[in-house]
Amino acid sequence: MGDWMTVTDRGLSSESKTISQYTSEIKMSPSSLYSQQVLCSSIPLSKNVHSFFSAFCTEDNIEQSISYLDQELTTFGFPSLYEESKGKETKRELNIVAVLNCMNELLVLQRKNLLAQENVETQNLKLGSDMDHLQSCYSKLKEQLETSRREMIGLQERDRQLQCKNRSLHQLLKNEKDEVQKLQNIIASRATQYNHDMKRKEREYNKLKERLHQLVMNKKDKKIAMDILNYVGRADGKRGSWRTGKTEARNEDEMYKILLNDYEYRQKQILMENAELKKVLQQMKKEMISLLSPQKKKPRERVDDSTGTVISDVEEDAGELSRESMWDLSCETVREQLTNSIRKQWRILKSHVEKLDNQVSKVHLEGFNDEDVISRQDHEQETEKLELEIQQCKEMIKTQQQLLQQQLATACDDDTTSLLRDCYLLEEKERLKEEWSLFKEQKKNFERERRSFTEAAIRLGLERKAFEEERASWLKQQFLNMTTFDHQNSENVKLFSAFSGSSDWDNLIVHSRQPQKKPHSVSNGSPVCMSKLTKSLPASPSTSDFCQTRSCVSEHSSINVLNITPEEIKPNQVGGECTNQKWSVASRPGSQEGCYSGCSLTYTNSHVEKDDLP
Amino acid sequence: MNFSEVFKLSSLLCKFSPDGKYLASCVQYRLVVRDVNTLQILQLYTCLDQIQHIEWSADSLFILCAMYKRGLVQVWSLEQPEWHCKIDEGSAGLVASCWSPDGRHILNTTEFHLRITVWSLCTKSVSYIKYPKACLQGITFTRDGRYMALAERRDCKDYVSIFVCSDWQLLRHFDTDTQDLTGIEWAPNGCVLAVWDTCLEYKILLYSLDGRLLSAYSAYEWSLGIKSVAWSPSSQFLAVGSYDGKVRILNHVTWKMITEFGHPATINNPKIVVYKEAEKSPQLGLGCLSFPPPGAGASPLLSSESKYEIASVPVSLQTLKPVTDRANPKIGIGMLAFSPDSYFLATRNDNIPNAVWVWDIQKLRLFAVLEQLSPVRTFQWDPQQPRLAICTGGSRLYLWSPAGCMSVQVPGEGDFAVLSLCWHLSGDSMALLSKDHVCLCFLETEAAVSTACRQLGGHT
Repeated sequence: MGDWMTVTDRGLSSESKTISQYTSEIKMSPSSLYSQQVLCSSIPLSKNVHSFFSAFCTEDNIEQSISYLDQELTTFGFPSLYEESKGKETKRELNIVAVLNCMNELLVLQRKNLLAQENVETQNLKLGSDMDHLQSCYSKLKEQLETSRREMIGLQERDRQLQCKNRSLHQLLKNEKDEVQKLQNIIASRATQYNHDMKRKEREYNKLKERLHQLVMNKKDKKIAMDILNYVGRADGKRGSWRTGKTEARNEDEMYKILLNDYEYRQKQILMENAELKKVLQQMKKEMISLLSPQKKKPRERVDDSTGTVISDVEEDAGELSRESMWDLSCETVREQLTNSIRKQWRILKSHVEKLDNQVSKVHLEGFNDEDVISRQDHEQETEKLELEIQQCKEMIKTQQQLLQQQLATACDDDTTSLLRDCYLLEEKERLKEEWSLFKEQKKNFERERRSFTEAAIRLGLERKAFEEERASWLKQQFLNMTTFDHQNSENVKLFSAFSGSSDWDNLIVHSRQPQKKPHSVSNGSPVCMSKLTKSLPASPSTSDFCQTRSCVSEHSSINVLNITPEEIKPNQVGGECTNQKWSVASRPGSQEGCYSGCSLTYTNSHVEKDDLP
Repeated sequence: MNFSEVFKLSSLLCKFSPDGKYLASCVQYRLVVRDVNTLQILQLYTCLDQIQHIEWSADSLFILCAMYKRGLVQVWSLEQPEWHCKIDEGSAGLVASCWSPDGRHILNTTEFHLRITVWSLCTKSVSYIKYPKACLQGITFTRDGRYMALAERRDCKDYVSIFVCSDWQLLRHFDTDTQDLTGIEWAPNGCVLAVWDTCLEYKILLYSLDGRLLSAYSAYEWSLGIKSVAWSPSSQFLAVGSYDGKVRILNHVTWKMITEFGHPATINNPKIVVYKEAEKSPQLGLGCLSFPPPGAGASPLLSSESKYEIASVPVSLQTLKPVTDRANPKIGIGMLAFSPDSYFLATRNDNIPNAVWVWDIQKLRLFAVLEQLSPVRTFQWDPQQPRLAICTGGSRLYLWSPAGCMSVQVPGEGDFAVLSLCWHLSGDSMALLSKDHVCLCFLETEAAVSTACRQLGGHT
C-alpha cells in the first residue's frame, strides 16, 4: 500500500500532464485508439500495453493512476475500485477484489471484443470480397448495358435509316407508279390522238383517193385495156357461168359444205382420238382392277363396308364395260358410268396407297419410338446380321493372325518378334490361355487314362497268369482224378496248399497290391475322376465288381473256401493293418480260387471276359 | 451435192413452175424458161420493159411479168409461144399483180390501192374491187383456190371480204375488230382466217370461213406487237412471232396459247445443240507458197473454209442493239416457218440476226440453234422433208436436218453471194439466187454424194 502511494506521489507532477493528455486523447478519439490496438498483433499489443502502462503508471503516480482508472472505470459503468468510504474525509481504500473483478471483467470484455472483432473482420473481409465481386459484376453489367445500349442505338439508327430508305423507296415507287400511270395515260391519249389524226388523215386520203378514182376511172382511159391474142379456155374446161341468185346460193352451199367437211374431219379426228383415249382408259382400268384384285379379299374383310361394296361395283362395272358395245354408245350414257367407276377405282387405289403409306409410317414410328417392341423378324434378322458380322470378324482375325504368323516366320528379329508378341491382341491371348488350360486338362485326363490302362493291363496280366496256373492245376487235378479218386482229394488239397505257399502267395499279394495302391497314390487329387475312368473302361474289372463276384461266389462256395483258406488269410490279416480295401484285395485271389474251383460256370464266363481284353 | 453452171439473172426473179418442170428467170426485159432437168432454154420471151415481178399460173401454163413502172403486165403461154397478152393499167398505175388460183385471172392492184382489177383471160369481163387495204398481206387465197380473202378499208374501219374465186362473187363481208389491220392469212385447210393488227397493238383474230369470229388473242398491251404469223401445214398450230422476241403457239381447238418460245441471247440448256459456224482460213504454208497450184482449182482452196462446230453450253449469241428511235426496229421474230410435216418450226429473232432457231413442235421445246457468221437472209424448208436451207448472203449454202448441219461452198468463179433461194417442189434441187446470177443446186442421196463431189471437182 505504502509503495503504491509513494509511487503515485513521485510521478504525479511530471506525469499528470501526459495522463491528462492521454485521457483527452482517449476521450477525443477512443475509436482511433481502439483501432490502433486492433491493428496491432497480439504480441506487440501486449508489449505496447506493457510499455504503455509502464509509461502510464510509475512508482510515483500510482495513486493518481488508480484514481484515474477508477474514474475511467466508473464512467464505463464498472464498480468503483475503491472501497465504500464511510466518510468523505477518510481516505479511500483500494478494493483489490473489485480491481481483480474489474480486470477480469475487462479481460473477458477484451476477449469478447477480440472475438467480435475477429468476426467483424472476417465479415468485413467477406463483405469486402462480396462487395468487390458485386462491384465487378456491376461494372460488367454496366459495360454490357452500355454496349447493348450502343447496339440498340445503332440498330435504332439503322432501323430509322431503313425506314427512311423504305419511305423514300415507297415514295419512289409511288412516283414511278404515278409516272407509269401518267405515261400510260399519255400513251392512251397519244393513241387516241394518233387514231384521231389517222382517221382524219385517212378521211382526207380517202377523199383524195375518191377524187383520183373518179378522175382516173371516169376519164374512160383508153389506155386501160387488155391486149390479148385470143381468149383461152378455162382451166376446168367449163364455160363461165352467169352470175345469178342461183350461183350465189350454190356458193353458199359450197361454203357450208366445205365448213361441214372440215368439221366432220375434225370430229372424225376427235372421235379417233377419243377412241384411243378410251382404249388407254380401258387398259388402265383393267390394269387397275388386276392390280387391286389380289388385295380385294383382305381389304374387304378389313376395310369398312363401303369400300367392299365399291369393289364389288367395280367388278360389275368392269364386266359391263368390257363389252365392246359399250364403246359405241354415245359419251353421255357411258361417261357417267365410266367416270364413276374410274373415280371409285381411283379412290380405292388412293386409299390403298394411303394405307400403305400409313403402314410405312407406322413401321417407321414403331421402329423409332417403341424400342421395347421389336418384331421377331427384325430381331432374327438383326441376330443373323450380327452373327454374320461375328463370323466375318472371326475370319478377319484369323487372317490377321495368319499374316502375323507369317510375318513372325519371316522376320526373326528379336525386336520385331517381341514387338509382334506385344502386338497380340489381349483377346487372343486370353483365348490362347483358355485353349492352353483346356489342353492341359485334356493332357492330364489322357495321362490318367493311360495310367488306368496300364494298371488294367498289369492286372490282366496277373489275372491271366493266375488263371493259367489255375488251369494247369485244374488239368492236373482232372488228370489225377481220372487216375484215382481218393488221391485226387488229398492231392488237390496238397496242391492247393502248395500253390498257396507263402512265397507265391506273398508275391501275388505284392503284385496285386502295387497296382491297387498306385492309382490311389497318384489320383489323390481326383478320385471321382479316377473311378469314372475305370468304370468307363469297357472290360477292366473294377474292384467293386470283384467284390461283388467275390461275395457272390463266396455264397456259393463259402464253406469250401472258408474251410480251405482261414490259415492263409490269417497271416495277412495279422501282417497288415487290416483296412477294408486291403482286406478285399488280399482276399480276392482266394475268393477267385474258390470261385474257380467251386463253380466252373462262373469261371468260364470270366474267362470269356478276359479273352476280350487286348 | 451438185451445182449447175450459173445463169444470168436480174432482180432475183427466178421461179420454178408449180408442176416442177420449168424454171423461169428474168434477165432485164427477157424472160427465160428452162427445163429443170436439162437446163436447156425452152422459151425466151421479150417484154416491153425491165421485168419487176414474175409469177407462174397454178397450172404452169402461163407466166405473168409485171412492169410496175410502166403499169404493164405481160402474160406468156408456155404451150403457145406466139400467144401474147398485155394488160395496161394506164394512168391508174400498178403496184401489185398476181394470178388467181385458177390461172385464168389476173389481179392487178392499182397505185394508191384505189382498186383491184380482175382481168380474165377467158372472157372479156373485167371486175373491179374497190377499197383494198394497203397493207403487207392484204390478199390471200385458200390452198384449194376456192376463196380469196381481201382486206379492205372503208370509213376508217377494217373489213374483210371473202370472194368465191370461180366467179368473183362476194361471199362474206365483215368488219374486223382491228385498229389497223396488217395481214390476213388462211389456214391451210381453208376454213379459218387469221387476221392480225398493226404492230402497235398485239391482236390476232380468227375468223371462220362464214365470217364468224372464232377467237381473239392478245398477249400484252402497250408495246409493239405481232411481227410475223405462220400456220402449221396441218392447220393445227398458229405461230405468232412478236416484237418481244417470242413466238406464241396457238392451238386450233381452243385458240389459246399452248406455249411460248423465248429467244434468249444465251442458251444454257445442255440438251440443245448449238451449231456454230466457224471459219478457217487455209494454212498458207511454205510449200503452198512455193508451189502455187495452177488453174482455177486454186480459188476454192485459197478461200476460207467454214464448217459447223457444236458449241458447248452456255452459248451466248451475237446480239444487235436495236435503234429505238427509228421505225421498224430490228427486234422481234421477223421470220418463222413450219417444216412441211409440221414437226419443226424455224425462227429468226431480228436482234440476233445470225441465228436460226429450230423448235421441236412435238415436244414444244427448242431443238437446235444455228449461229452463222453473218446475218441470215432467208431460210426455207424442203417441201418434202424436214430439211432447212439457209442463206446468209455469202457464197455458202447451209443445210440443217435433225441429223445435223452442213455448209456448202457454192462453186464458181468469184463469189456467188447467195441472197435468196427457192426449193424445187420435189426437194431434190433448189435455185440459189445471187444479185445477177442463178445457180441450181442438186441434192442427192447419201450414196451419190461422194460421186457428185468427185464430178464437181472434175467440173471445176
